[in-house]
Amino acid sequence: MDLNVLWFGLLGVLLSGYAILDGFDLGVGMLHLRARTDTERRVFMNSIGPLWDGNEVWLVTFGGALFAAFPHAYATAFSAFYVPFMVLLFALIFRAVSMEFRSKRTSPAWRRGFDTAFFASSALATFLFGVAVGNSMMGLPIGADMEFQGGLFDLLRPYGLLVGALAVTTFLMHGSIYLYLKTDGELQARIYGWMKRAFFAFLTAYAVVTIVTLFAIPHAVRNFTEFPWAWVVVILNALAIANIPRAIVQGRPLYAFVSSSCTIAALIFLFGMALFPNLIYSTLDPEWSLTIYNAASSQKTLGIMRTIAVMGMPFVLAYTIVIYWTFRGKVELGKFSY
Amino acid sequence: MDLDVLLLSRFQFALTIMFHYIFPPLTIGLGAALVVMETTYMVTKDPQYRAMAKFWTKIFAINFALGVATGIVMEFQFGTNWATYSRYVGDVFGSALAAEGIFAFFLESGFLAVLVFGWDRVSDRMHFFSTIMVAIGATFSAVWIVVANSWQQTPAGFHIVGEGLFARAEITDFWAMVFNPSSVHRLVHTLIGAYILGGFLLMSISAYYMLKDRHVAFGRKTFFLGLIFATVFSFAAPITGHYQAVTVSKTQPAKLAAFEGHYETGAGGTALTVAGIVDEDAGKVRYAIALPGMLSWLVYGDASKPVTGLDAFPENDRPPVAASFYTYHLMVGLGAFFALLCVVAWFFFWRRTLFTTRWLLWVFVFAVLGPMIANQVGWVAAEVGRQPWIVYGLLRTSDALSKAVRGGEVLFSIVLFTVIYLFLLFLWFSVLNQKIKHGPEDEMSEVDPKKRRWSWIDAAVLLSAPDGASLTGAKSPGGGSPAGDGRSSDQEVR
Repeated sequence: MDLNVLWFGLLGVLLSGYAILDGFDLGVGMLHLRARTDTERRVFMNSIGPLWDGNEVWLVTFGGALFAAFPHAYATAFSAFYVPFMVLLFALIFRAVSMEFRSKRTSPAWRRGFDTAFFASSALATFLFGVAVGNSMMGLPIGADMEFQGGLFDLLRPYGLLVGALAVTTFLMHGSIYLYLKTDGELQARIYGWMKRAFFAFLTAYAVVTIVTLFAIPHAVRNFTEFPWAWVVVILNALAIANIPRAIVQGRPLYAFVSSSCTIAALIFLFGMALFPNLIYSTLDPEWSLTIYNAASSQKTLGIMRTIAVMGMPFVLAYTIVIYWTFRGKVELGKFSY
Repeated sequence: MDLDVLLLSRFQFALTIMFHYIFPPLTIGLGAALVVMETTYMVTKDPQYRAMAKFWTKIFAINFALGVATGIVMEFQFGTNWATYSRYVGDVFGSALAAEGIFAFFLESGFLAVLVFGWDRVSDRMHFFSTIMVAIGATFSAVWIVVANSWQQTPAGFHIVGEGLFARAEITDFWAMVFNPSSVHRLVHTLIGAYILGGFLLMSISAYYMLKDRHVAFGRKTFFLGLIFATVFSFAAPITGHYQAVTVSKTQPAKLAAFEGHYETGAGGTALTVAGIVDEDAGKVRYAIALPGMLSWLVYGDASKPVTGLDAFPENDRPPVAASFYTYHLMVGLGAFFALLCVVAWFFFWRRTLFTTRWLLWVFVFAVLGPMIANQVGWVAAEVGRQPWIVYGLLRTSDALSKAVRGGEVLFSIVLFTVIYLFLLFLWFSVLNQKIKHGPEDEMSEVDPKKRRWSWIDAAVLLSAPDGASLTGAKSPGGGSPAGDGRSSDQEVR
């Protein structure tokens, strides 16, 4: 198999893993301020307490794998997104800190401050991820030297902001379904309403982004003529989306959660389809785009990394399952909780 | 306004890496200490050690969270600020980073959940296993990042492909890259530095409890474990340091010369400068206290063979001497101080006054700052000594920047990081302070005295402190049963 294609696919897997797993905890963060009492807020934080850190590792590994497999794409993208990524780091640091420190003191001001920080950093991080994806879909002004030729305002185009909004609604939906699974009683009854509203917000954003993409970004759909089988994913995606409200109404939240996870995976797949075989599309001249070939590491390195991935992935999956199994069920607040 | 992107980016890297590096040595050192505590528990089945591990897990978790939060910055920064460097080293460096993510970070963060939140959810055996996994994960992450750094110091197992702007290093031999000439010694030395810090942290906090006459039994046992830990590694550090210096003399002679403030090669043996003031303009060390022939003897085993001085290198290939010299000497001096302090502690232990000698306990309360500083300055010496190269002999730091990034953007991020890090520092201090002041009361009060078991640690601690449990002369448990001893020493005055 073509190692470059393999690594493009594996990066897609890592990004999907990240979006599905950290997606729900970012969603919980964005819903945090809607919890009314201190106990409810602790329930929210502890629903993701043991998990969020492992979820974020998917992002770290995605970054590491991008650096290793496609160093030019890593270097170009990260230096191009300098300011948004610095703000993203700021948000990720604050998120980690808010969870770790919020319940360490009982002062209401201390807790309120961290509650707000937790909400704001979750929302900001989600939005920026969306903006980054949107910008990659559109392409960036990349010169013949593989360097970004634009400035900050080239990153604030309406389409990018629109995809940012799609990311926010997607994770709100995903997070609310997760919370529904982890809570009970009156709180769960309230979350039921949030789930529905978040779903419709997601559906609206999804429809708008799809239409705008079809009209405004022709290069994003040209792969469908070359790889007609990709339509299967589009259909599956539609089915998964349709199944979310169905499962919610039928009172089977776990199915709804699986469906929204599949939806996220399908969205990442479509993102990959829009790019392939480019990693960063040049809006100045398509010839200057960074592709999975001209931006890649040597075949030897890609081969070594394949070995590392084959050795490591079974372990990663095994402990992810063990950890999720250990912390299954409704949230219970105990001595060791946040 | 024209800002110097190079200077700002270097400053930013120093700021973010030094702030990050407060935490990994703490988690590596404490992780190992937690394994020791839980092993003691598994072997003796004495619930006191489970309680001890529970308390230290809280301290561990705070440091771990900050380590993760500040660590993501590092991964981003290679791409954001040092894009040209990333293109150059990606093929070599990337696979180490990817291995770090897959082998180390998932292991650490996954089992951390069980370590911190799982006390009541999983069996003792599973918890013990998770603790070991977290400690191994922390060590693995050190392995890969140190390998990557060592490759920058002593590149091996690669060839250069392409020219000019598109030149880069590509792997030819993965294992030669991993086991490049400096990686093993550097890794061992780095880990030892972390373990010394772990030992001194245990001693610092437990000395504080003894001085305040709180949790005295807990404090003594923890102090004893910490002292064993710190002693072993304080004596191992100079040995590994020596081998590292010998490697540097072969692979990076300009760096060794800068460490030692050695300007002129001269003829005959080279002296070892113990202390002095570097005068970079005059190209010499003033007021030097030096041992003649010593450096030659350490490097070659021959006191009369000259060591290469800075004069053998063109001006623009020399590292900054003063910064290298002072940081290196500070690290070495602190290392000697740790070993000395451990010897003093054992002397008082032997005299049976270790736990009652207040001035010494106060020294230990603050001594933990020593390993923290030594870990930092050791790395500063290693990194500054490599200059002006980012990859030794291949790529200059000044050529490694991101071409797309402007000075104003870097300044913006420096301001952002400074603000966040000051805030984090404040949080870290205030929460650690609160946890330490609160102490292991909750954990220790859960210990059922009937289940207490004697172990050699109790015996050793009791032998060296014949006054019994507390500093204020609370009466000795005397000939009571083990269970009785547990009660009298665990439930102490607040």
